[in-house]
Amino acid sequence: MAGKSEGLQDLSTVYALEPLAAADWLIVGPVAWCILIGALLLMLRKRTDVQPLIAIPALVVLVLMTLGLVWHVAANGTQTMTMGRWLPPFGISFTADLLGAFFAATSSLVALAAGIYGRSDVDDSGRRYGFYPFLLLIMAGILGAFLTGDIFNLYVWFEVLLIASFGLLVLGSGRKQLDGAVKYAFLNLIATTLFLATTGYLYGLFGTLNMADIAVKASELRGTAPLMTLVTLYLLAFSMKAAAFPVNFWLPASYHTPRLVVSALFAGLLTKVGIYALLRILGMLFPFEREELSFLIAIAAVLTMVLGVIGALAQNDIRRALGFLVISGIGVMMAGLALGSPAGLSGAILYAAHSMVVMTALYFAVGIAARLGGSFELTSSGGLYTRHGLLAGLTLVLFFSVAGLPPMSGLWPKIMLVKASLDIGAWWLAGAILVTGLLTTISVGRIWILAYWRPAPPDRSGDAGASPLPLGATAALAGLVALTIAAGVWPEPLMALSQEAARGLIDPSAYVLSVFPAEVQP
Amino acid sequence: MEPLFAILVGALFTVAIYLFLSKHVIRILMGASILGNAVNLLIFTAGRVTREVPPIILADSDSLSDAAANPLPQALILTAIVISFSFFAFLLVLGYRAFQELKTDRSDEMRVAEPLGEQSPPTGY
Amino acid sequence: MRTVIFRSIAPYLTSLMVLFSIFVLLRGHDEPGGGFIGGLIAASALAIYGIACGVAPVRRAIYFHPMAISAFGLFMAAAAGVLSIFAGVPYLSGLWIYPHLFGVELALSSVLIFDVGVYLVVVGAISSIALALEERDRD
Repeated sequence: MAGKSEGLQDLSTVYALEPLAAADWLIVGPVAWCILIGALLLMLRKRTDVQPLIAIPALVVLVLMTLGLVWHVAANGTQTMTMGRWLPPFGISFTADLLGAFFAATSSLVALAAGIYGRSDVDDSGRRYGFYPFLLLIMAGILGAFLTGDIFNLYVWFEVLLIASFGLLVLGSGRKQLDGAVKYAFLNLIATTLFLATTGYLYGLFGTLNMADIAVKASELRGTAPLMTLVTLYLLAFSMKAAAFPVNFWLPASYHTPRLVVSALFAGLLTKVGIYALLRILGMLFPFEREELSFLIAIAAVLTMVLGVIGALAQNDIRRALGFLVISGIGVMMAGLALGSPAGLSGAILYAAHSMVVMTALYFAVGIAARLGGSFELTSSGGLYTRHGLLAGLTLVLFFSVAGLPPMSGLWPKIMLVKASLDIGAWWLAGAILVTGLLTTISVGRIWILAYWRPAPPDRSGDAGASPLPLGATAALAGLVALTIAAGVWPEPLMALSQEAARGLIDPSAYVLSVFPAEVQP
Repeated sequence: MEPLFAILVGALFTVAIYLFLSKHVIRILMGASILGNAVNLLIFTAGRVTREVPPIILADSDSLSDAAANPLPQALILTAIVISFSFFAFLLVLGYRAFQELKTDRSDEMRVAEPLGEQSPPTGY
Repeated sequence: MRTVIFRSIAPYLTSLMVLFSIFVLLRGHDEPGGGFIGGLIAASALAIYGIACGVAPVRRAIYFHPMAISAFGLFMAAAAGVLSIFAGVPYLSGLWIYPHLFGVELALSSVLIFDVGVYLVVVGAISSIALALEERDRD
C-alpha cells in the first residue's frame, strides 16, 4: 500500500504548522484529564480517605470541561485536534461534533453523580481495589470513544473502557460477581474482537482509518467494494456492545452482580457507547448501507424493546428488572437508527442522553432503598413510602421518566420517534414503541406498588424504621432526578441540540471540513 | 500470497469459533487466544503482503522508499497484540478465580448469578 | 529453581538486564528499541530475581508497589502530551530542547518523557502480574 510513502519531504503537507487556539484543548482535555487523575488516584490506592476528595472535584472539573466543549462546538461548529501535529489522515484525530460533545457532557454528569454516590456505597476495601481510579479510567475510555475521529482509536478506547469495567466489575470478587464477570468478559471480548476484525477489513478496503476520510471515500468505493459486509459486521459488533436483541444475553447475566454504583454506571453509560458507535458508523459513515439494513435494524429494535420489557416483567429481583429495562431502552434507540431520518436520529440521540441519566438514577434509587432496610427482592420488600416518602417520590419520578410519561424527559424522544415512524408509514414501529411504553409503565408501576406503596411485610416491619437517608447518595440521586425533570419540562434546548447533532450525522460535510480544512484537502 | 493468508485466517476463525462453542471456560479461553491471533493475521493481510524491505527510514533520508512494506498494519497489530495479551491475562486469572470459587469450569453450571428455579414476582398486591 | 548457582547469579543477571533495558529505552527514539521493549526486559529481570530469591525481596527492592509504578508511568505519559499546551501545538506533539551540558549536546524531548512513562507502565503492569503468579506458585 502506498499512501504514506510519497511527499514526506515537504513538511507543510503532513505537518500542522499554525498555532493552536487554547479552546481547542477542550477537545482532548477531558480524556487527558481523566487519565492523569486516574493515574494519580491509582498511585494513592492505599489512601482511601483522600481518594474521593480528589476524585469528586476532578469530576466537577470534568463536567465543566465537557460543558465548555458543548458550548464551544455549538458556537463554532465541529472542532478537530490531530495528535502530534501530523495532519490527518496520518495523525490520529480527535473530532468533537455536537453528538460526541453532547454525549460526553451527559456521561460526565452521570460519572460525577456516581462519584458522589460511590463515596457512601463503596467501602474502604473497594476503594483500595480501585473504585475511583477505575471510575476515572472508564471515563477516559468513554469520553475517548465519544470524541475520537479515528476508527482504530475508537477500538482502543473501547478496550480501555472494557478493561476498566472489568476492574470495576470484580471489586470485592464475590461468587456472584465472578460468575457475572465471566459472561460479561467473554461476550464483550467477542464483540470487540469482531469490531477489530471488521476494522481490519475496512483498512484493507479504504487504506485509511480516519472517519472523515472514510466518509469521503465511501461514496467513491460504493458499488465496487463489499461495504455491505463491512457494515453488517459492524452492526453485529456494536449491537452486541449495546445489548440489542439477539445478542443481549450478557447484560442481564452480569449487570445485577457488582456493587450497585458500578451497575448504575454501566447501565447508564456502557451500552450507550455501543449506540454511539452505531450512530457514528452506520448513521454517518455508511448511510446508504444503513438504509439497506434499516428493515433488519427495525425488526431487531422492535424485538429488543418488547422482549426487554417482557423480561423486566418476569423478574423478582429489582436490579435484574432494571437490567431488562436498559435493554428495552436500547431497542427504542435502535428504532431511531432504523428510521435514519433527521427526526429519527435526533430522537435516538435524545433518548440515549435521557437513558444515561435515568437508568443510572434508577439504580441509585433502588440501591438506597435496599440499604434502608428494603430488599432487591420484590417478594420481600415494601413499606418504603411510609418510611421514606422523599425517596419514594424521587423513584416515582424516575419510573414515570423511564416509562415515557409526561412531564419527564422520557416523553419527548418517544414523541419524536413515534412521529418519525408514522411519517414514513411504519405504524408497526410506532406501535411497538407505544406498547413498550405501556408495558414499561406496568412493569415499573408494579415495582413501585410492591416495593414502595405496599405496607412492609409483617416479618420486616420492625427493623430500621427510622434510619435516615444517606445524604451524599440522595443528593446524587436528586441531582439526576432534577435533570430529568428539567429536561422534561424545558426540552427545547436539548431537542434543538439533538436535532443539530442529527443533522451533523446525516450531512457530515462539516465534520469532514473540520478534519480536512479546504485548503489542504487531498 | 493473500489468498493463502485468507484461507489461514479463515481456518483460525473456524477453530476459534469451534472452541468458543465449548462449555468449558478453559477451551473458550484458548478460543479467545486463537481469535486474537486470527484477527491480527487478518489485519496484516488486509495491509497487503509484500516481499519488500522493512519500513525503516534510512539515516540519510527522511521518507520511506516506495518499495517498503506498509508500516501501519504493523502498528495496529502491535496495539492489538498488547490489548489481547492483557485481555488474555485478565481472563485467565478471572477464569481461574471463578473455577476456585464456583468449583466448576462448565459455563452451564455457572448459575450463581442467574439461579435456576427463581422465584416469580408476586402477581397480586 | 532455587539452586546455589542460580541464586548467586540472579542479582548480577538482574542488574545487568535492568541496565540493558535502560539502554534499550534510551536508544529507542531513532533506532530499534524503546519504552515498551525496554519495559519488558526490565520486567523479566524482576521476574528472574523473583524466581531465584523469592517474591518478598523483589517487592523490597523495587520499594513501590508495581501498580503504583505503572500508574506513575501512565501519569508521566499523559503529562508528556500536556506539555505541548505551553508550546501552542496539539496534544502529544514532540517537543525538543538541546541543552549543552559539559560540552555535550543533549537531546531532551517530551517524546522521551512519554517513552519513560511507557517503560514504567510496562514494568509495573507486567511485574505485578508476574509477581502475583509467582506468589501463587509458592502457596
